[in-house]
Amino acid sequence: MRKIAGSLTWGPAFRVEALARGGRNLRMTQLILFNVFNGLIIGAFYALMALGLSLILNLSGVINFAHGGFLAIGAYLAFALIPHIGFWGALLVAPFLTAAIGLVVERFLIRRLYGRDPLYSLLLTFGLAFIFEDGTRYIWGPQTLPFTVPDWLNRPLSDQYFFLTGYRLFMVLLVVAVVVGLFLILNRTRLGMRIRAGTGDLETVSTLGVNVRILRTLNFGLGIFLAGLAGVLAAGMLGLQPTIGSTLIMPSFVAIIVGGLGSLPGTLLGGLLIGVASGVTGVFFPSASEAVIYVMMALVLMVRPQGLFGEEGRIQ
Amino acid sequence: MSGLDKRAANALIWLLLLTMPYWIGWIGGYTSLGSRVLVLALAAMSLNFLLGFTGVLSFGHAAYFGLGAYGAGMTIKYLLPSTPLGILVGVLVGTVAAGVVGALIVRLRGVYFAMVTIAFGQVFYFIAYRWNSVTGGDDGLSGWKRMPLDLGSAHVDILNDDKAFYFLVLICFAVAVGIMAALLRSPFGRTLLAIRENERRARFLGIPIERHIWLSWVISCLFVSLSGALYALLNNFSDPHNLHWSQSGDFVIMAVLGGMRSFWGPLIGAAIFVVLQDYLSSLTDNWQSFIGLFFVLVVLFFPRGVLGMIRRRAGP
Repeated sequence: MRKIAGSLTWGPAFRVEALARGGRNLRMTQLILFNVFNGLIIGAFYALMALGLSLILNLSGVINFAHGGFLAIGAYLAFALIPHIGFWGALLVAPFLTAAIGLVVERFLIRRLYGRDPLYSLLLTFGLAFIFEDGTRYIWGPQTLPFTVPDWLNRPLSDQYFFLTGYRLFMVLLVVAVVVGLFLILNRTRLGMRIRAGTGDLETVSTLGVNVRILRTLNFGLGIFLAGLAGVLAAGMLGLQPTIGSTLIMPSFVAIIVGGLGSLPGTLLGGLLIGVASGVTGVFFPSASEAVIYVMMALVLMVRPQGLFGEEGRIQ
Repeated sequence: MSGLDKRAANALIWLLLLTMPYWIGWIGGYTSLGSRVLVLALAAMSLNFLLGFTGVLSFGHAAYFGLGAYGAGMTIKYLLPSTPLGILVGVLVGTVAAGVVGALIVRLRGVYFAMVTIAFGQVFYFIAYRWNSVTGGDDGLSGWKRMPLDLGSAHVDILNDDKAFYFLVLICFAVAVGIMAALLRSPFGRTLLAIRENERRARFLGIPIERHIWLSWVISCLFVSLSGALYALLNNFSDPHNLHWSQSGDFVIMAVLGGMRSFWGPLIGAAIFVVLQDYLSSLTDNWQSFIGLFFVLVVLFFPRGVLGMIRRRAGP
């Protein structure tokens, strides 16, 4: 039997610790704040993943099942690089290396499937996901590997709000910076303009003399870059496991559906929303913290099938 | 293919299936491997009712497969040790869940439909995974056995007699496949084909598209949950992996591998896939990579499947 990915559980240990400190009111506030903040961080991961997925899906109509695999590759590359160039170097280099692998995969495999039934690209990336997960397991082993972040980053910032470590704050800030950068690229550069135009009407863009092949390749690379970055950050928080990618990919799908297909701001919001929702649910009903995001998805589909920010025509 | 050829091919297939327990040993197999092929073939053929004959891409059929499995297992374990009742409850649970989910997603199409079916599948996975006390959690639901059939005068020991169980599976398979074939020949089935070929035109003709797709989805999930129930009985066990999206991917690859435009295609695909998986997992620990590679190769070089290729060679 295939090893099934577990779920993200960073809750219980902290929860017990939280209860051991402070008075009752403080405890509850701490607990809720901790979980909201935790939810925001998880949400930021989901959003990073989902933004990459969304970019590729919008322009090329490919659901990249292997996105989680790319995330794992990013994380393990960083792990391999840290002894040589340190944490900061790895954080900088690993996402680019992951993107380079993504470009190769796009060039030789995914490119052949554009314009065909989405079934085929789904199956292909599905197979790739197996290969990536099993490949990382083969090379680095199935056990959880320690991923060291600089000591000064790991220290709590405040005695009372102990969960607020520098690393968590740094992650949130970095994600914010990256998302801002992404939207700047999309809105201010020629490449971004073409990506947005292609999302609307690829054929016209092609007629206007833009090389759509290269556009799709670059866009794929951009999406994989985000996955690689999410991988490095996630590894610092969760430790390294071959299944690290497959635990994060499903919620990213949900983020896209909740936010609305075709809308990147929607995807971003969707990711944060389901992250916080599962964090807060974790306070009161820990075993439902995963299921709650699917309930949210069902609700959104009932009220607004195209998602919160989705355009009407996209779902057909 | 002419009508006579078709009838001859059908007769040959049924003859092979009827005699399988007697010849499978000669080619290095064993009876329960034959049962497994048959059960998974039923799942793949049910999926293909939707995928190949209605043109709707579901990537979440494992959810209903797993619900059938858990429904059967939990009935026998907690309620009443009766095999037919287990099957009945399993099918009922899967079908009702499919009816509800179907109503939510029936307006979506294409990639979006695929994505939402995957995501919804995970709800049931997490329930099975988390609800330890009832479902056995990650370890799966064990501690129960399929019960001998009591048919008044005759007593069929399907528990210890692999051949007897094979024939029970074959009877269920024949009934299900017969119903699906009859449905496809009926006006309802022809309407589904019309929707597959040109949804917009079908809509203009006044066909209630959503209702047809919903019905096709529910019928497809009904037979998938039947196969799930049989699968649990076969193993005397059901685990969360039955509900996981990777299982859905297996069903889709079986349908594609055999040829999703032909009725018997998924049977051939399932046979190849199951035998390959059995062989690979006995050979290497990293069989998952090889299965992934297999997915990639099928998509790139074999998208029409076995029967599609044969038909193309033989065709005009």
